[in-house]
Amino acid sequence: MTSSQTLQRSGFDINLAAVGLITLLGALWALFAAAFAPDAAMKGQSWLILAGFLTGLLLVVGAIARGGVIVDQSEYNEDLIKAGVIASLFWGAAGLLVGVLIAFQLAFPVLNLDAFGFTSFGRLRPLHTSAVIFAFGGNVLLATSFYVVQRTSRTRIAGGVWPWFVFWGYQFFIVIAASGYLIGITQSQEYAEPEWYADLWLTIVWVAYLLIFLGTLWKRKEPHIYVANWFYLAFIITIAVLHVVNNLAVPVDFFGSRSYPVMAGVQNALTQWWYGHNAVGFFLTAGFLGIMYYFIPKRVHRPVYSYRLSIIHFWSLIFIYIWAGPHHLHYTALPEWAQTLGMTFSIMLWMPSWGGMINGLMTLSGAWDKLRTDPVVRMLVLSVAFYGMSTFEGPVMSVRAVNSLSHYTDWTVGHVHSGALGWVGFVSFGALYCLVPWLWKKKGMFSKALVDWHFWIATFGILLYITSMWVAGIMQGLMWRAYNELGFLEYSFVETVEAMHISYIIRAVGGVLYLAGALIMIYNVYRTIKGDVTETDEAVVPQPALAE
Amino acid sequence: MSDNKLEHDDHTGTATTGHEWDGIKELDTPLPRWWLWIFYATIFWSVIYMIFMPAIPGLPGMSAEGDHTRGLRNHSERANVAAAIEALEASRASGFEALRGASIEEIENDPQLLQFVRAAGESAFGDNCATCHGAGAQGFVGYPNLNDDVWLWGGTYQDIHDTLMYGIRTEHPDTRMSIMPAFGRDELLSNSQIQAVSDHVLSLSGLAEANSEGAEIYAIQCASCHMDDGRGDRMQGAPNLTDGEWLYGSERDQVINIIYRGPYGVMPGWEGRLDDATIDALAAYVFLLGGGEDATARPTGQ
Repeated sequence: MTSSQTLQRSGFDINLAAVGLITLLGALWALFAAAFAPDAAMKGQSWLILAGFLTGLLLVVGAIARGGVIVDQSEYNEDLIKAGVIASLFWGAAGLLVGVLIAFQLAFPVLNLDAFGFTSFGRLRPLHTSAVIFAFGGNVLLATSFYVVQRTSRTRIAGGVWPWFVFWGYQFFIVIAASGYLIGITQSQEYAEPEWYADLWLTIVWVAYLLIFLGTLWKRKEPHIYVANWFYLAFIITIAVLHVVNNLAVPVDFFGSRSYPVMAGVQNALTQWWYGHNAVGFFLTAGFLGIMYYFIPKRVHRPVYSYRLSIIHFWSLIFIYIWAGPHHLHYTALPEWAQTLGMTFSIMLWMPSWGGMINGLMTLSGAWDKLRTDPVVRMLVLSVAFYGMSTFEGPVMSVRAVNSLSHYTDWTVGHVHSGALGWVGFVSFGALYCLVPWLWKKKGMFSKALVDWHFWIATFGILLYITSMWVAGIMQGLMWRAYNELGFLEYSFVETVEAMHISYIIRAVGGVLYLAGALIMIYNVYRTIKGDVTETDEAVVPQPALAE
Repeated sequence: MSDNKLEHDDHTGTATTGHEWDGIKELDTPLPRWWLWIFYATIFWSVIYMIFMPAIPGLPGMSAEGDHTRGLRNHSERANVAAAIEALEASRASGFEALRGASIEEIENDPQLLQFVRAAGESAFGDNCATCHGAGAQGFVGYPNLNDDVWLWGGTYQDIHDTLMYGIRTEHPDTRMSIMPAFGRDELLSNSQIQAVSDHVLSLSGLAEANSEGAEIYAIQCASCHMDDGRGDRMQGAPNLTDGEWLYGSERDQVINIIYRGPYGVMPGWEGRLDDATIDALAAYVFLLGGGEDATARPTGQ
């Protein structure tokens, strides 16, 4: 590796100039919004946006002063990944914390603290979902995709300053969105709550992300593109399309926070769930399958089980997933033929999903003993098991007859969390546990025992969570549909809420355990980076530098 | 892939594809047969489902209700829902028929009708009234308890029925309507006067010492609605202040607050939101909760 003095820098090139121009224009817009915003919420938020853009401008000026960003083609850009790892852990803890809070709010409504509007469940719920999906999950995807695409293409990330623009721009989007929720700015579409100006900003960031990824693949030194990169690319492209179409809206005022969606009524609902379901399909599934396809074979030192399976399940997964959205709208105003479409495609999605599970699990053949010795492998394998379970449960719940019981109940919430906590969370933690010693050049984590504790505490938390939500959801569904012998509803809504109280408490405790696991991990990572590693972990193999 | 130098994995004996990325290789394992056959089976099942159920829209010549294939089952969820609602209504029809025009005595003396009214009323109450009055109709601060025999606007079957139909302080011309002034906010009384009259009011229920200043103010400001003896007037929904029941709480601070701001409790009118038969059942249900009064019983303020 070359010493840092001789590293090649970009100088003040066109990329830095473009990023500088974007931040300058953004700052100008925020300044005008601060002066002319028609609503109080936007007036308040514009100062935050202005501060963000000015910070960005400072960073650009700083980079120019240092002779540009490092673009040395003889090494991988690992600082970028380190930043992504730290951002992931930060947002993960924040998102889980809000999740625990709102879980307790559901069990004990007094915790809504009505005196402050922003502490109500309605404001905090999108904060939780966006923080865990987009802030935590998104940063894990950014960090791992930038890592994996460099390593498997054997080349430094493309685009000079742009990867940094994507990283910081994405953090900025998160802050704009999250602070907006708290002061009541939302377009009220689930998982797409940010308003038009935040959506536009994310579009710019995302297009840059796509171009960087494609550029890196373009200059790869390997003859073929590794399967993990197919999944990452599918994730990036599809999220771009979903995000743009579902957020088509007309702002009320160029400096205001309100907008109206272009689509209305059932068209809006269908577009929303085409988006919502594929946020699960491409953000939380395809992207994280990319993680699985790199980190599992890497950690267990075994070849991927089946190349053919990876091709077939990749193409079938991305082709079929995109049609399954209407299953969120069974028994609604959505035409029945569209419900049929959503349901049948969800059924057909079962095996394409399981293809990933088979490839993940069977890659361990010849290395199953590592389950006993390496808690990180255990975490990765359990994540794949949860992936298999939720991708079976999903098609089951998409069947109209099952859905008539499960829909609108907490069963859905349990299903989502077996995927989110079990699959997305664990595969992310597993990947981060791999990355930290690799990136910071340590011979292991600070404490392998703490990794083990994290694993068991979090696993127990997940089990409490999903079992309590199964019980609550199925009971709730049965109570809603119960008629007495005279033809009247047996239970009022509030009686179902009362009956679920104990389940809600158990769920919240499960959430606390999961959060505790994540905090243990953050401590462990902190000590590792600080340099307190004493034991050598034979599962941690130093990763080769980019040799020219 | 170069076939002439195929590498084999030691553990499984399977050939690799010959590619390698950052140390990761791939085996050329064929698709698991069970996986493939289940995949085919789900596709096959989906095609069958589409043949039997509504599936294909917008074929030539399709329009309106028939704008998509209905499948071999000629399935229509909307028709099913309509039929299910009709069947349910038919099963309740005889009960509602018996309820129509029945007096409360007739309901109480007909065990079958009584059971029907309780079921119908409880169901409607749980979904429409419990939000404010509580699942057990026990009420909350600002929302009356319906189990006791204290009635602000009258507790006969007819009174309760009228309240349900037209609501309290709604926009309906027949609604229950009255306004208590906001004595403090509108500066009709000073803070010390409000405290004095609060003490007087509490003393009417034996919760405070008598307060002569308060009594004087009461006589001028309050007695016209709440009556000289404090027993209220149901015609104006002016509560009885002597019965120890307090809609907005019996703490001194609560009483002071309510005199200061003047309460304006609202209950929606259910005419048009619920059908007449359901409102009959609800009125009877609330009456039967325990506090219903005979038409002749006018205990206070009449």
